[in-house]
Amino acid sequence: MIHALLALLTCQLAGEAIGRALAVPLPGPVIGMLMMVGLFLAVPRFAEFMRPTTQGILGNLSLLFVPAGVGVVGHISTLGAQAVSLLIAVVVSTVLSIAVGAGVFVAVARLTGAGDE
Amino acid sequence: MSELAAFWSYLSEGPLLWLALTLAAYVVGDACFRWSGRKPWVNSVLIAVAILAAILWGTGTPYGTYFEGAQFVHFLLGPATVALSLPLFDNLNRLRRATLPVVAALIAGSATATGSAVAIAWALGAGPTQLASIAPKSATAPVAIGIAERVGGAPTLTAVLVILTGIVGAVAATPLLDALGIRDWRARGLAVGIASHGIGTARAFQVNTTAGAFAGLGMALNAIATAFVAPLVLWLFL
Repeated sequence: MIHALLALLTCQLAGEAIGRALAVPLPGPVIGMLMMVGLFLAVPRFAEFMRPTTQGILGNLSLLFVPAGVGVVGHISTLGAQAVSLLIAVVVSTVLSIAVGAGVFVAVARLTGAGDE
Repeated sequence: MSELAAFWSYLSEGPLLWLALTLAAYVVGDACFRWSGRKPWVNSVLIAVAILAAILWGTGTPYGTYFEGAQFVHFLLGPATVALSLPLFDNLNRLRRATLPVVAALIAGSATATGSAVAIAWALGAGPTQLASIAPKSATAPVAIGIAERVGGAPTLTAVLVILTGIVGAVAATPLLDALGIRDWRARGLAVGIASHGIGTARAFQVNTTAGAFAGLGMALNAIATAFVAPLVLWLFL
């Protein structure tokens, strides 16, 4: 497990370094994620080595958002006088985006015959 | 000072108590989710946040003190993002076969997320700073905050809107997509990841691993897309 954690941290660290050096508008962890996909492609056995640890982390992904969520409660006042407008905008736009994104995927998949399996 | 009060002041200053309470609140939230029969509106993050906010408020504890303990959990967000590489790798073949639908859904979903949020907030009378703050709200937090700073938004406001967006997406996705009759796990996951980043992705993993993998991909792709879409939409409205 320690080796797998070290691999995750190393990819994240490399992602941060590359992001800074090349001024890529992506956060270090996202670059690190793409790098690790590259490593899995190069050495498929590495994916099996990483599996137990990544499954442990991803199985509890929700937990990791709790501290930031608690921070939001304290900053809810930053929504200010426009709180209701902003909340309506967040709720409606998120629902619309999910519906449009999923709908377009299904429509284009049908048109191009990109069925699953 | 009584012994109990002394013990409290000792514990509440260190990270141990707040780290333990963060995990405990999540365990309670997760148990509620399971007891409810895994109903999407019983969101474990929301329950844990409510419990912890009530404790902080009840004990008069500042967020900074709480975060001393909670930072250990918060820190894992980075390694967890890297860990999303494994489900992505597992689904690489079905992803290759679905390149066109993925690209189309990304453009449509990202434009809708940013465009409709800015349009609605604008119509309801929000000012330019608020419009710039809400524009990147569907991107993952560090990207959204970076974009908000570039386009004249307020980073703290963006952080709040990003988290709210994630929770809305996590709660709304399952009933919404069921109502629309969309059963393709690839479409469901990708759309949720695009619209509501990591919190939506965490929810997608609770439902189905294919949906989770496509949600992780949607989150990563929309981090890139929002960097282009948000300034474009704001240019239309400002």
